[in-house]
Amino acid sequence: MVDDEKIVSEDMGVQVEKNENMEMRSFGTVKRWATKRSLWMVHYCTGCGGIELAPLMTSRYDMERFGMHPMVTPRQSDVLLITGYVNIKTLKRIIRTYEQMPDPKYVIAFGSCPINGGPYWDSYATINHLDKYIPIDLYIAGCMPRPQSIVRAFEDLMDMIQDGTADGYMRYKKYYEPYKANQEKIFRKWW
Amino acid sequence: MIAEILVLIFMPVFVSFMGLLFMGIQRKITARVQNRIGPPFYQQFIDVMKLFSKRENIGHNWVFDIGPIFAIVGMLTTMLFIPMGGFRLLSMDGDLIVVMYLLVISGLGMALGAGASGNPNAGIGVMRGLTLMMAYEMPFVISVLAVMVYYHTTSLAEIVGMQSGMWALIILPLSALVADMALQAQFGKKPFDQPIAPAEVATGPIVEYGGKYLGMLMVAHSIGMFVEAGLFIDIFLGGGLLFHQPGIIWQVFNFLFWVLLVFALYTLAVLVNAIMPRYRIDQAFVFYWKWPTIIAIIGLAYALGVSVW
Repeated sequence: MVDDEKIVSEDMGVQVEKNENMEMRSFGTVKRWATKRSLWMVHYCTGCGGIELAPLMTSRYDMERFGMHPMVTPRQSDVLLITGYVNIKTLKRIIRTYEQMPDPKYVIAFGSCPINGGPYWDSYATINHLDKYIPIDLYIAGCMPRPQSIVRAFEDLMDMIQDGTADGYMRYKKYYEPYKANQEKIFRKWW
Repeated sequence: MIAEILVLIFMPVFVSFMGLLFMGIQRKITARVQNRIGPPFYQQFIDVMKLFSKRENIGHNWVFDIGPIFAIVGMLTTMLFIPMGGFRLLSMDGDLIVVMYLLVISGLGMALGAGASGNPNAGIGVMRGLTLMMAYEMPFVISVLAVMVYYHTTSLAEIVGMQSGMWALIILPLSALVADMALQAQFGKKPFDQPIAPAEVATGPIVEYGGKYLGMLMVAHSIGMFVEAGLFIDIFLGGGLLFHQPGIIWQVFNFLFWVLLVFALYTLAVLVNAIMPRYRIDQAFVFYWKWPTIIAIIGLAYALGVSVW
């Protein structure tokens, strides 16, 4: 039997390189199963991706089959789904939303824009790699990804939670300084 | 004495278990009405398990912390006074009036905790919740008053006992109709779910509650479902007592029938919920103080007339 809190605090203190099994050690099997079967999602529809979520939630591709439910407040959510391009103004809100969510929390980036900027790669107002600012657990590539691929992504996320490889929130805690430095670099004077 | 203590321990556990089960079945029913497949019927247990296994619980201050405790304790205290299918924990003269007061405690405690979070959405939700409470209490109290007048008593146990011949639902149908309308708002189902409207006020009072807080609130909600439906059953459906012979077998049957009645009442509310849009809060207020109140007053006059002649 290992103590949850102890391991977390040890991991926080030590600069460990390999962290793939952190969640595996600190989470019981039942807890992981419950977390995986009841993912509540707050969706941040920044761009065109929001339109793909409506058939996902309603009767065509009913996502409540997997116990997933759209939630409206970050305090009650487990998954942050970012659909579409992220500009600098939006990124501030995304980071605030992400930091308000209680652990364990997972982030899914949807579409090609959060991966590499997509069609807006040379815009002065958008950021290209969302992974520099908050930890992403899973990407869905495509422009636009269909609801089937979102369902597939959630199945993959469930597998990752079961394996313990969805550890983005731990990465964020451990590498908080570099993430914060990146955020401050892009926001310059305002925070 | 020992039996009473056992019942005291057994009932909250049983009621929260069955409440979560019913809420899971309700989600399935809603999904089928909306032509979806829906979650498995045990989904609500998974949700509560997940909420209680959350590693981080964000609190704000101690008033915020006691909000969910208030909600659970208020509901449990009310449960003590309500005869539940033959099980009666506490009983005295005038306990119907006590129950009417105690029913509010849970909501007021939630309002206190939610207000302490400082979130504007919570403030609006609390305002809506208290307004709605004032709206539906009016016709509900008048219809309960009709029952008190008809049976010449304010004791729930006596009201249940006097309905062994015929249910008050059949004698006072108008009052029962009004009480069921009020039950829709007590359950917090559409068209009267303005306090927790997700699209308008981001789940209102519970906007800041996550993790274990939310798990406790879900348990409190499942207890509250049994309390509110149980009160309606005691007043209008003869307390769910089907058999009046003494004997443990008949008591078990009575209890099962009571659980079935709670399920039926909840399913009725859920079916209305599945196809209804949401009123604005002022529309809900006007609705409750207009038609149900008029019907309730007619029901009260009828009860007065019947009991006099």
